[in-house]
Amino acid sequence: MTSNNYGLVPASAGALAEPRGVDEILLGFARMLRVAGVAVSPDRVQSMIAALGHLDVLDEDSVYWAGRLTLCSNPDDLPKYDAGFAAYFGGEVPKPSQSQPPQHKHVEASFGMDDHAPEGTGEQEDDPIPGMASAQEVLQHKDFSDLQPAEREELRRLFELLAPTSATRRTRRYGPNKRGITDAHKSIRAAMRNGGEMTRLARKRRRVRPRRLVILADVSGSMAPYADPMLRFAHAAVRRDQVHTEIFTLGTRLTRVTRELRLRDPDKALRAAGAAIPDWSGGTQLGEMLRAFLNLWGQRGIARRAIVVIFSDGWERGDPTLLGEQMQRLHRLAYSVIWANPHKGHAGYEPLTGGITAALPYIDHFVAGHSFASYAELAKVISHA
Amino acid sequence: MTMLEFDDPKALAKALDQTDYIADEGLATAAYLALRMGRPLFLEGDAGVGKTALALALAQVLQAELIRLQCYEGIDASQALYDWDFARQMLHLRAAESTGRTADEAELYDRRFLIARPLLRALEVSPAVLLVDELDRADDEFEAFLLEILAESSVTIPELGTIKAETPPLVVITSNRTREVHDALKRRCLYHWVAHPSFDREVEIIRRRLPEVSESLSRQVASAVANLRKADLLKPPGVAEAIDWAEALHLLGTRELTPEVASRTLGAVLKYREDAERIIQRGLDELLTA
Repeated sequence: MTSNNYGLVPASAGALAEPRGVDEILLGFARMLRVAGVAVSPDRVQSMIAALGHLDVLDEDSVYWAGRLTLCSNPDDLPKYDAGFAAYFGGEVPKPSQSQPPQHKHVEASFGMDDHAPEGTGEQEDDPIPGMASAQEVLQHKDFSDLQPAEREELRRLFELLAPTSATRRTRRYGPNKRGITDAHKSIRAAMRNGGEMTRLARKRRRVRPRRLVILADVSGSMAPYADPMLRFAHAAVRRDQVHTEIFTLGTRLTRVTRELRLRDPDKALRAAGAAIPDWSGGTQLGEMLRAFLNLWGQRGIARRAIVVIFSDGWERGDPTLLGEQMQRLHRLAYSVIWANPHKGHAGYEPLTGGITAALPYIDHFVAGHSFASYAELAKVISHA
Repeated sequence: MTMLEFDDPKALAKALDQTDYIADEGLATAAYLALRMGRPLFLEGDAGVGKTALALALAQVLQAELIRLQCYEGIDASQALYDWDFARQMLHLRAAESTGRTADEAELYDRRFLIARPLLRALEVSPAVLLVDELDRADDEFEAFLLEILAESSVTIPELGTIKAETPPLVVITSNRTREVHDALKRRCLYHWVAHPSFDREVEIIRRRLPEVSESLSRQVASAVANLRKADLLKPPGVAEAIDWAEALHLLGTRELTPEVASRTLGAVLKYREDAERIIQRGLDELLTA
């Protein structure tokens, strides 16, 4: 199919000035993509080589498409792939406009209004690979290992006891059940075994499944003291039911951390999530973030008939009207909207800030979120929602 | 029977063009490789960009039967693969009894009592294009089941034996990304993100679908739709909506897209009240300026 004898001529001379074997060139390309954050596995590279066997290896567009079709597996990969391809082969990327999925309007909250972020967060700086953390954002990362060991130990034990389960819903699928309607299929199947004699009626009933639980955690500066317990709670929820739990963080960007939190060990999981979140302790615009969540995930299905928990102090820097609009949208999609606000646990708290007043009409359960006890209470609210 | 062969992606694009499906280079390459490599084609993209239409066009081009499996929550093997027609078996049994003989088992589990659902049909019919539509709607355990069938291109029915496809079907899987499809499945597929078409391609698509609509109106619709896609809406219009809009305008006898006629027909292209309000607030003149 492919041999090492014919060379893949790069569009312009560069790192690839001297012709090398196709496989070697492609392996280098794959290595580079892996560094850029595309999950390129060896079998995917094999596929690319196989795909190129059917196309014209000397045609740049063919090489581009052979790689894109085999190495990428979700729209987030495409900009990284385009950037990687352009850099590695040094040529123009064919039709970059077409390969930019609309999802990729990365939400960058308004800059400058953010008084919590450290000085000089150059967020407007060119981000060569959208979706990757810029150096400045990396600086803002919090290292979970900095926590006091005793504190961490205690939290860990407490949070492992928490296992927030969501309420159940009936599915379209039936399962065998002693009570319920007659399962004609199964009854006849049983009768067939007895030479057509119907001896008993099998019954079936709609199965139940847990409702999807979506946790949106605000990781802005004002929520920093609560970030660790918040994510530990989220981790406990993901560990409890991996399939039906989704976790996102809201900051200057929307980040999905479900995958990271699936790691069994809470500390490892939190460290992984911490590394994935590019905007620790920055500012946030809740309305913008919520809109991003609803556009990218919520409306497509994740929030539909789900139990959605928002962890936030409701400190909205942007326009509260937008937050209100988006909360209304969320409320229409979700089965139940729960807002956990750490301030609510403090004596004398009144929900008066612009954000929370705009959101309040669309919240089904408004709960506190400042102590372990309030988290235990939250778990209870979730299971009864 | 084997599938028709095409020399390169361009040849396939040309054939697709003859069925009025205008594929860009990426899509043509994806379909071409899926055919040549015998891999399923996994298509993602916004609603209405022509994912399902591609499967239809491919079936036409390959002169293959299109077999469609619409996924939904709770779909299982008996709805997707095969099922025994127990009622008919029972009747057969009773009929045999009435003539005074007992039907043996082999007779009862005959091929004629087997109901072939889309996946089994796709293996039996040759050549076939199997469209697994909106896979993201099915449960995750269904993916694992699908994976096995796609990998083997065969299925074993305990009572009958193994049924293997003579020519493996060309499989097109679509997803709207309501949930993440498992990596194991994606790894076995060619992945293509179907983007909204470029302006020229969209005009061409509208012209092909609605030859009665004038060139200038098609261009106006395509340009307004392109503007709408940039307007940060809850549901940006797809090609399907552009076609609907052009058709609605044509039916109203419109020669030129004016703000007045646009506001009357906005429902053909925008599917949320909020979106329509936002666009009207911003002014339709702005929308219609190229």
